[in-house]
Amino acid sequence: MGEFRMPSLGADMEQGVLIEWLVKVGDSVKRGDVVAVVETPKSTVEVECFETGTVTRLLAEEGQTVPVGEALALLGSASEVEPTMPVRVEVPVAVSATVPAAAAVGVPSPAPLGSTSRPPLSPVLRHLARELGVDPRTLHGSGRDGALTRHDVEQAAAAVSTPAVAAATVTAAAPATAAAPSTRPAAPSTRPAATGGAHPGSRHRVRISPLARRLAAEEGVDLAVLQGSGPDGSIRAADVHRATRHTESEQPSPPRATPRVDVKPEATSVAPSPPPMSDMRRSIAALMTVSNQEIPHYHLSLTIDLWRSIQWMKERNRELEMSERLVPAALLLVATARAARAVPELNGHWIEGAFRPAADIDLGLILSLRSGGLLVPAIGGADRLTVEEMMARIKVLTRRARSGRLRGSDLVPPSITVSNLGDQGVDSVLGVIYPPQVGLVGFGAPAERPWAVDGMLGVRPLVTVTLAGDHRATDGATGSRLLKTIDRLLQAPEEL
Amino acid sequence: MTRELFLELFTGLLREMIRIRRFEEKCVELYSATKIRGFLHLCIGEEAVAVGVVGALSEDDAVVSTYREHGHALARGVPMPSIMAEMFGKATGCSGGRGGSMHLFDASRRFYGGNAIVAGGMPVAVGLALADHLSDDRAVTVCLFGDGAFAEGEFHESANLAALWNLPVLFCCENNRYAMGTALAREHASTDLAMRAAAYGMVAWTVDGMDVIAVREATDRALEYVRDSGKPCFLELRTYRFRAHSMYDPDRYRDKSEIATWKKSDPIPALEAKLVSDGLMTPAEVERWRAGVEAEVDAEIAAAVESADAAPLEPVEDLLRHVTTEAADGVALLAGGRST
Amino acid sequence: MSRRSTMTVAKDAAVEAVTAPEVSREASREASPEEAPATVTTTYREALREAHREVLARDPRVFLMGEDVGRYGGSFAVSLGLLEEFGEERIRDTPLSESAFTGAGIGAALRGLRPIVEIMTVNFSLLALDQIMNNAATLRHMSGGQLSVPMVIRMTTGAGRQLAAQHSHSLEGWYASIPGIRVIAPATLEDARGMLGPAVEDPDPVVLFEHGSLYNLSGTLPVDPVRVDIESAAVRRAGTDITFIAYAGGLGKALAAADLLAAESISAEVIDLRVLRPLDDATIMASVTRTHRVVIVDEAWRTGSLAAEISARIVEQAFFELDAPIERVCAAEVPVPYAHHLEEAALPQAEDIAAAARRAVGAHG
Repeated sequence: MGEFRMPSLGADMEQGVLIEWLVKVGDSVKRGDVVAVVETPKSTVEVECFETGTVTRLLAEEGQTVPVGEALALLGSASEVEPTMPVRVEVPVAVSATVPAAAAVGVPSPAPLGSTSRPPLSPVLRHLARELGVDPRTLHGSGRDGALTRHDVEQAAAAVSTPAVAAATVTAAAPATAAAPSTRPAAPSTRPAATGGAHPGSRHRVRISPLARRLAAEEGVDLAVLQGSGPDGSIRAADVHRATRHTESEQPSPPRATPRVDVKPEATSVAPSPPPMSDMRRSIAALMTVSNQEIPHYHLSLTIDLWRSIQWMKERNRELEMSERLVPAALLLVATARAARAVPELNGHWIEGAFRPAADIDLGLILSLRSGGLLVPAIGGADRLTVEEMMARIKVLTRRARSGRLRGSDLVPPSITVSNLGDQGVDSVLGVIYPPQVGLVGFGAPAERPWAVDGMLGVRPLVTVTLAGDHRATDGATGSRLLKTIDRLLQAPEEL
Repeated sequence: MTRELFLELFTGLLREMIRIRRFEEKCVELYSATKIRGFLHLCIGEEAVAVGVVGALSEDDAVVSTYREHGHALARGVPMPSIMAEMFGKATGCSGGRGGSMHLFDASRRFYGGNAIVAGGMPVAVGLALADHLSDDRAVTVCLFGDGAFAEGEFHESANLAALWNLPVLFCCENNRYAMGTALAREHASTDLAMRAAAYGMVAWTVDGMDVIAVREATDRALEYVRDSGKPCFLELRTYRFRAHSMYDPDRYRDKSEIATWKKSDPIPALEAKLVSDGLMTPAEVERWRAGVEAEVDAEIAAAVESADAAPLEPVEDLLRHVTTEAADGVALLAGGRST
Repeated sequence: MSRRSTMTVAKDAAVEAVTAPEVSREASREASPEEAPATVTTTYREALREAHREVLARDPRVFLMGEDVGRYGGSFAVSLGLLEEFGEERIRDTPLSESAFTGAGIGAALRGLRPIVEIMTVNFSLLALDQIMNNAATLRHMSGGQLSVPMVIRMTTGAGRQLAAQHSHSLEGWYASIPGIRVIAPATLEDARGMLGPAVEDPDPVVLFEHGSLYNLSGTLPVDPVRVDIESAAVRRAGTDITFIAYAGGLGKALAAADLLAAESISAEVIDLRVLRPLDDATIMASVTRTHRVVIVDEAWRTGSLAAEISARIVEQAFFELDAPIERVCAAEVPVPYAHHLEEAALPQAEDIAAAARRAVGAHG
């Protein structure tokens, strides 16, 4: 007893639908007989059996989907036929009934004609007629056998009344116009590097070249504190090399800490290629460029009367050792730190499109170096320092910075920065924010100026304090509050 | 020729046709059973061409064939087990499992393969003949192709080149009247293919491709002509395939009655009838002889299937072998390193 | 003797060469031959011709066929004079049947000959692509290693001669994607002279691209043939800051760009790929490891180009050596236009390469 299985009719066939049985139980079949019709994803195929015998049982019903290789019917001897087996197909369909009436070999069957004797309209003309709003059934063909020609259609269209033509034109034109913007190809960039640069909002996904990343891992350099000198501030191998040189030669004590900018421009005196530019200059250039390109700055300024503060300071200095004596900057910094505590909207960072307030007041202090360039060490928890403590920190930081021995703890990222250009003699500072901070407070030189107090003109020590604010994070009103707070604090120095 | 010689010739032709027929029938079964995969094109009905043409060649001659080449390969003497193993995708296949049904190769028998690009083998055949021409070799390259190939530019380029350069190519157009599903008259403005080939300056004959004796006689004459003149020759062998184009073909483009009509000219019964009518055998002897041949052939096929089934698969590590001579770069590609 | 015959042929043959060949080949012998080898002044075209002459003379299995290679002297005059020297059997003019004569080359190679098939331009080779792709490249594999197709298919490629969109394209990258063939592209006189020999000896099909703008390139070569390989890329100029990867017509432009940059203290290394398949990854990666920056120059369209393939390989194999994004300088994605200024604008130029290099090294932002 054999089986008739669902055949494979292509390597991509996994199953087939049994469309029709061409045999019934009890029929005798021989090798090669067509016994069923099977539908595959591609076509409907008559399938044959490979054994000779009698169909004893049909295992699949018409319409059933059967995997390749599964039995469809059992074949055996005539005596094995199961008479009780219900047979769904009472009348087996003859093979020939499924094909069209036989035609003589080599004689092409004529194409079926439509109800009219005219040749059917070609697709091209059908399209044209539709486009021109012409009903081809109303036309007389001038072509062979009365066929419609392009000329017939066009002539009919021309004869149609003007409004109809206009309407057709409008409907034809409308979609074309609508489609125009979407079909215009986007101009492909032939300069991927140039366009790849600016990704708005992604600045804090720091760009690091694969080589720089590898070198940093090998050298144990913390990439987070590196400033990139590459395009868009990306960190490149040279930045890592600088950091390693610095760590090795200048900073034996604090491990794994790397300054934001280099302390020793003379270390880079062997500039490999022009234009001659120190690495620090490059770092500043990159950072400030980013700031100016990305941060919408607003600037406020306020002139503050330091008379009370200076008086208080002079009083204090009488009591202090020479080495501990205060300078006005200490008061200005303490006042700024306390003001930042009072106006927390300006103390923090703009990261990934949102302002993140900082928990502490880590006051950055811009120090200019004699050899040129800048350093920005930070004074952690500056709002909790007394004026004397602040003075001490300023001295230490200045000394360390100028000797190139800043510590890791000096280099935490500031939450707000002060630029004090008082010693340079300028009146005011229109600062550039250090990203990702959102505010930079600037102090000009305190100087004695005419000043009206209670309706009387007097000479008072004045200082102009300015704020550069990130307009994404705050508005001028917030900035004003900060400056007014600084003013208020400086009018009561004994409370600092 | 004596009666015995006729008997030997005719029964030899008949036996080979039966061998090919039974092989192809087995292929259908094996394909249905998913042993053979890919595309499978059978030559059932066209055995007279395979046996009549390819069987006439000498050892030195070359054969360039098509994707419907099982019969050609068998008639050329490519061992059946290696053909079967090839279709099973086995390492012992005649193409190392890399060709399948459409790409049977046997360099030792100068069988330059099934080419599955219609007409793609023809320029190659011209080149093989060019080499023989330049080497003063008397070998003939037989290029088998279908009526569909006659419509390809490569046929016309090749026919012109062979005639222009007087190259020993025997072009054999196995005209089975259908290019896949497109009937001859629906693809050719003029269906007299021999006449059109003659326009290239070649000797060209039309032959009844269902009559193996006619095919053999025509081939013998053509080979003699090509060998003696060094010029190409064209045979149009009018034949018919009884089965669909491939296993996946529902055969909707022709009437069953047309197939039935052509089956009346089935080359196997036709030659059996000739044996009787020529008085070489009685019907009973034919019956007995045939049963014996079928038993032998079936045993040969069964052995081929069995060995193919048992044959090892080519190791996957050898995937990139035979791409170039050394294939060193290719091997490295698998290893994920330097690649081609 | 062969040199003399070249001169004779060049003077006598009535040939309408596209460009008049420069055939002055006077050997300029140095004072002490032991120390300095004798050299000849020659051109890319003549070097190719001399290479043909050498392989034809050396190996009787070698023959050349193609459209107008014989009486006309070669559409680009590469085979000028060879018909007279080697005869019609070995310098075969063919009908305009790219598929048939390329396939015939395959057949002849299968039978043991060493055909060189010349196709006029890479654009025309599309008419023979069936034979190259479906037969030449596959027969060895498809036959399970039984067959070998030792042939050379030569064709002109590249733009720069105002030949417009059906004679100017650079499709080498397409061919370089096909397993089973070797693809070579001589860019120097030495390679024009030396690559054909090993190509003819290769047991597998070799596609040799001659850049149309290079035929008149002139210079000196040693009188004695120099053996070169068809395996490796060559570093044509050493540098430290950036690697230029170029081939064929792009090489000269890359070298010119390197000169421009040298004046700006940017040191560019220039690699001549020479072999487009299989690519010499080792030379590329070694250079990238030294310079950490790359500009790939390709006269083909950027999309799906050889430049794209090389770029991918560098990212795969040398990602952690990269200090800047890979730059590609490719042809504009248009069919090559006819007008000179448009054609120039469509092609990579030295200044484009230099600009890409400046971006990569970070000079001028």
